[in-house]
Amino acid sequence: MAEPLLQVRGLEVHFPIRSAMLRRRIGTVRAVDGVDLEVARGETLALVGESGCGKTTTGKSILRLIEPTGGSIRFAGEEIARHPPARLAPFRRRMQIVFQDPYASLNPRMTVGGILAAPFEIHRIGDAKDRAERVAALLRTVGLPPEAARRYPHEFSGGQRQRIGIARALALEPELVIGDEPVSALDVSIQAQIINLMKRLQAELGLAYIMISHNLAVVSHVADRVAVMYLGRVVETAPREALFFDARHPYTQALLSAVPEPVPGRRRARQVPQGDVPSPANPPPGCHFHPRCPLAIARCAQEAPAPRIVAPGHAVACHLVSP
Amino acid sequence: MRAMLGGVTATATLPRDAPAASPEAPLLSVRGLTLHIPVPPHTLRAVDGISFDLRRGETLGLVGESGSGKTLTAMAVMRLLEPPLSDLPRGKVLLEGRDLMRLSETEMSTLRGRALSMIFQEPMTSLNPVMTVGRQIAEPVVRHLGLSARQAAARAEEMLRLVGIPDPPRVARAYPHLLSGGMRQRAMIAIALACRPSLLIADEPTTALDVTVQAQILDLLAGLQREMGSAVLLITHDLAVIAETAHRVAVMYAGRIVEEAPVGSLFAAPRHPYTRGLLASIPLIARERPETLPEIPGMVPGPGDRPAGCAFAPRCGRALPRCAQDVPPFAPLAPGHHAACWNPCDG
Repeated sequence: MAEPLLQVRGLEVHFPIRSAMLRRRIGTVRAVDGVDLEVARGETLALVGESGCGKTTTGKSILRLIEPTGGSIRFAGEEIARHPPARLAPFRRRMQIVFQDPYASLNPRMTVGGILAAPFEIHRIGDAKDRAERVAALLRTVGLPPEAARRYPHEFSGGQRQRIGIARALALEPELVIGDEPVSALDVSIQAQIINLMKRLQAELGLAYIMISHNLAVVSHVADRVAVMYLGRVVETAPREALFFDARHPYTQALLSAVPEPVPGRRRARQVPQGDVPSPANPPPGCHFHPRCPLAIARCAQEAPAPRIVAPGHAVACHLVSP
Repeated sequence: MRAMLGGVTATATLPRDAPAASPEAPLLSVRGLTLHIPVPPHTLRAVDGISFDLRRGETLGLVGESGSGKTLTAMAVMRLLEPPLSDLPRGKVLLEGRDLMRLSETEMSTLRGRALSMIFQEPMTSLNPVMTVGRQIAEPVVRHLGLSARQAAARAEEMLRLVGIPDPPRVARAYPHLLSGGMRQRAMIAIALACRPSLLIADEPTTALDVTVQAQILDLLAGLQREMGSAVLLITHDLAVIAETAHRVAVMYAGRIVEEAPVGSLFAAPRHPYTRGLLASIPLIARERPETLPEIPGMVPGPGDRPAGCAFAPRCGRALPRCAQDVPPFAPLAPGHHAACWNPCDG
């Protein structure tokens, strides 16, 4: 297999918890706690999990928008986890992000043309005329009329704003785009438009995606491979079909059984874990899932399971799963 | 391993027999409810003449996208709209034959929490942050049912146990911020149901929750409903949640109900092109997947720029010339199945 576009090994993002008075360090939030991921060129890896599992922090730390506290990030063969800003700049062009809330991520005082031209200005690409042409081409690519360049973000609907957010991410012709819940804030009828747009752009431009989402139905539609996170760790990674139809980790199975289906009377047997996800500031020892796991044995409380390969491309971190 | 997990499964099939169509009058009957908001020089037709019935023990799903008017409908039924909107609703909201629209605020406040209650999407904004959870449950019990403080405190703990909160005595003494999102939503359900209201309005009750917690809350609501025989008006944008919990569904678009049917026929054979488009556009978890998802082109018109005829006509692939001019009547197409469309899809 050719070298992956992105290879993440042992990624850690630990945030200190400080006391209010003396700012002493009194604990650590292990938001991301040893994550391994790979993304090939042109493929979509989905990162799924519930709130607090660390999927967004993982995505942002790969882009170094949040600084990782440990681990390795290799992009196109080069280790970038500890690059200083000057050496990181060329990689920032090649990796972009689309946020959940397109309104909060677009400057309301700038025209759409200004927002889309900003990446060219920052990276000193082209002159004013050239940039205007590039902006027009970007708008066309995401299905917006060229006049949109003269308008402001508030004049657009949620779906159109997300198109603008995607256009901005594409401005510098990245190889990897991280979508952080890119369709979660959109209405159902608009969600399909944006999903189709992102899939079309991927095919046309050869983009690799990391799609961060809590919506498993959306993930099943867009992903080639899926990584399931729970409390800062990846518990299962598998090709799409294996993940949805042959999940092996008890947490993945529970998550899938909790997804409501838009088919009356066809609800799956639920194995919903009781209680809520514990705080990442105080995760349980051993396997983080063991207090909610119906199958937990004594060992699960003592020892964190290492990922085991159960099939090609299918890894499961569970003591009870045999290869 | 799957088989092992199957052994601990709680519910395999959904016990969801719709209450038999009884000759008794509906518990709630909404007729011609409108909320037109004057914003000179325009009028925003936020809710535009909607009618529906809800029987005891039944769950009606009110589904729609943002701006469809579903939450404003609920707020109007609860009489929870604040000035200047509070004087604007027109039409009838009959609860056991009494028109809530004609009651004074004092009369209404004796019904809220007792005959009808509401739970909201974000429990933190509707729980009182400086009152213990136990007191928030006990207060309406004292006020409406005349229980003593001691009896009400016991009822509060009983309600917390009923909604599946571990260690009720401890949680009753806690303040809301100490609870997780799922526990807060359970606490709010306990408050809403403490006086055993006959009508519960749930506005996106699980939208802010993680999927495993959502499943717990939906199971809880269904179980409590069976036990208490309440009617539930479930407002959501999530068709999968509707499919799993509602007996009947009303689909709203641009301030109107465009289709209403039993949940089975609505999902199996939607007749309104909007409903059909909406259902087709949801991705499904399946081995085979389509290359592209069917889209509904365009977007929902704002409440100030709705077309003269059917509001969906500009986005509709089946639109006829008259759709742009005349509002289609809400007509029966099959038993219990209504749609407002001049050119409905085949059943």
